[in-house]
Amino acid sequence: MTEYVSHIHPVAAILVHAAIPLTIILVYALVAIWGERKIAGFIQDRLGPMRVGGWHGWAQSIADLLKLIQKEDIIPTDASRFLFKFAPFMMFAASYAAFAVIPFSSAYVGSMVNIGVFYLLAVTSLLTLSIIMAGWASNNKWSLLGGMRSAAQMVSYEVPTIASVLTVVLVAGSLNLMTVTEMQSGNDILGFLPNWFIFQNPFLIVAFIIFFISILAESHRVPFDLPESESELVAGYQTEYSGMRWAMFMLAEYADMLLLSLLGATLFFGGWNSPFGDFMAGPLWGFFWFMLKGLSLVIVMMWIRWTLPRYRVDQLMHICWSILIPLSFVNLVLTALWEVIF
Amino acid sequence: MLEVISKETGNKEMVINMGPQHPSTHGVLRLELVLDGEIITKVRPNIGYLHRCFEKYAEQMDDYAKVIPYTDRMDYVSAINQEHGYVIALERMLELEVPERVEYIRVIMAEMQRIASHLLGIGAFGLDLGAFSPFLYLFTEREKILDIFERVTGARLLYNYFAVAGLMRDVHPEFKTDTAEFVKTFRPKIKELNDLLSYNKIFIKRTANIGVLPEKVALNYAASGPVLRGSGVEWDLRKNDPYSIYDKFDFEIPVGTGEVGTLGDCWDRYMVRVKEMEQSLRIIEQALDGMPDEGDVMEAIPKRIRPKEGEIYVRTETPRGELGYYIISDKSASPFRVKARAPSFVHLSMLPAISKGSLIADMVAIVGSIDIVLGEVDR
Repeated sequence: MTEYVSHIHPVAAILVHAAIPLTIILVYALVAIWGERKIAGFIQDRLGPMRVGGWHGWAQSIADLLKLIQKEDIIPTDASRFLFKFAPFMMFAASYAAFAVIPFSSAYVGSMVNIGVFYLLAVTSLLTLSIIMAGWASNNKWSLLGGMRSAAQMVSYEVPTIASVLTVVLVAGSLNLMTVTEMQSGNDILGFLPNWFIFQNPFLIVAFIIFFISILAESHRVPFDLPESESELVAGYQTEYSGMRWAMFMLAEYADMLLLSLLGATLFFGGWNSPFGDFMAGPLWGFFWFMLKGLSLVIVMMWIRWTLPRYRVDQLMHICWSILIPLSFVNLVLTALWEVIF
Repeated sequence: MLEVISKETGNKEMVINMGPQHPSTHGVLRLELVLDGEIITKVRPNIGYLHRCFEKYAEQMDDYAKVIPYTDRMDYVSAINQEHGYVIALERMLELEVPERVEYIRVIMAEMQRIASHLLGIGAFGLDLGAFSPFLYLFTEREKILDIFERVTGARLLYNYFAVAGLMRDVHPEFKTDTAEFVKTFRPKIKELNDLLSYNKIFIKRTANIGVLPEKVALNYAASGPVLRGSGVEWDLRKNDPYSIYDKFDFEIPVGTGEVGTLGDCWDRYMVRVKEMEQSLRIIEQALDGMPDEGDVMEAIPKRIRPKEGEIYVRTETPRGELGYYIISDKSASPFRVKARAPSFVHLSMLPAISKGSLIADMVAIVGSIDIVLGEVDR
């Protein structure tokens, strides 16, 4: 498909490649926001949205979106106007741009770059910048505190994320996410298990656990949702935002969550590979399996959110610097040894 | 941005307002924080946003009984307990005998209210620390209590149910079975709460060794209720200065143990409340057994209340601590003076003493653990 589109016209190709992830993100965000509220309701013995649209309030997110579009766009008097307006879009752009290298199915990846993993990690670092931008530009002390916390948190947690991703890269020997996925096809482990990296050696299981904890922190989910912890910092860097700009933050947050979950699915759970070998395989089934794996991780993240309390900022740093980072590097070295021996 | 240079450390400090519209100040409390980074160097609670002149209103009433609805509005989370203290004060002034059935119903209601209040306090405390679901589980239970209250009193929050030497109306015939049913279903929920929240690793990390209130400081500030007991002092007015018929019941006073951290930290104060709910259940069970089925709850209510000239101070144990009413009578139909000693007010005053040097996140935990109700602080 990639080749087919680029035969028509280069600009058309770019537009098509930009539209596909955008559609996926928008549809996903509408479903995920509704889904999160439903899951929260299920966990908390209540119903969640039930009215809008008839069946279990399925249209709630659409109604919310329409409401947010109509809201007045408030910019605080002493805010740094340009940065204030720019920050939400930059945040969304950062996670959106990273979708370019995600292989959605065996037939489709936005851009087949050899340094896919590297590009993805680099682009998502821009999220930190946009959050600091939002926190500083709001000219609000709570926002500033939220922004600073977020910067500290994301910079710290990038280290274990990258170290655990490196573990996979070490085993796969490639930074191209498509190649990484292709290496995981087949069902050879113990005769029936798929060749996913998580089953391939014990250190990759540890790597996945570190990776998952780190992406919880990277995407600001409980128990690491300190930048926007509503009971301490009011709403963190989002305090002064309203209407559509606030919606952009929400969208970016959900997009980021999906992005990191999909990355996890690609690196550890075989990406678009079917768990049954050749059965139910193929480009469309591949997309189905890929989204299923990614969304399962998203649901686990939601489940954790509605169960656990929140860490304090110094405890969060402690977990990162004195537990996860040493562990992830030891794990990296051990994986390298395993690769040499077997 | 307002910045000050600290005289001690020379660091730039930031002055920040927490409240009055902050989500975790439990109402309209304003805390003026001076921050060095995220570390609090100074706290100043600013109160008065919910001041409704309770004491002045009480003097303006032309009847002592008309003050009762106003007592409800002091601590709106435990309205029954607020009424209880006031009616006891009047009964002692008038030297009235209270019928036994009335006393039993009062104790059951007061203990149910104590559970409801603790459920809210604990739930909101968890919410402050980011645990959303326990809050809603506890609210489901609180709802059941409020349903029982609604059937008894007709109201869900501000009851105006106790009268001098009586009750406004009798309880409905199924009151006993309803309450017994609640006691039965609620007991296992406390264990569930302990599994989900109390012994949760993150929760312990957030509350143990935070906001430590040593016994001596607690006594110096005249703390009472769960806050004092959290510091290990066995002091409960229901046992130490029994009022109503509390001397008839067998129950324990839970105190802080320092089980997971230091004695008198936020977790201890939290745990005292959890254990108190169990003790309240014990009292309710005993009271349900001993409650007489027959008797008019309104027969002893005096037609007009004219206490002799004099004064009285009556203290009762509310879910928040020692609530004292100091009433002066000048023989007229309206009280000369009604002064309420509110536990939340006293507890709020020790906030600067226990929160210095902590982080903003700890501040939230500390405010949550002393469980203030701003309606009572400001009156």
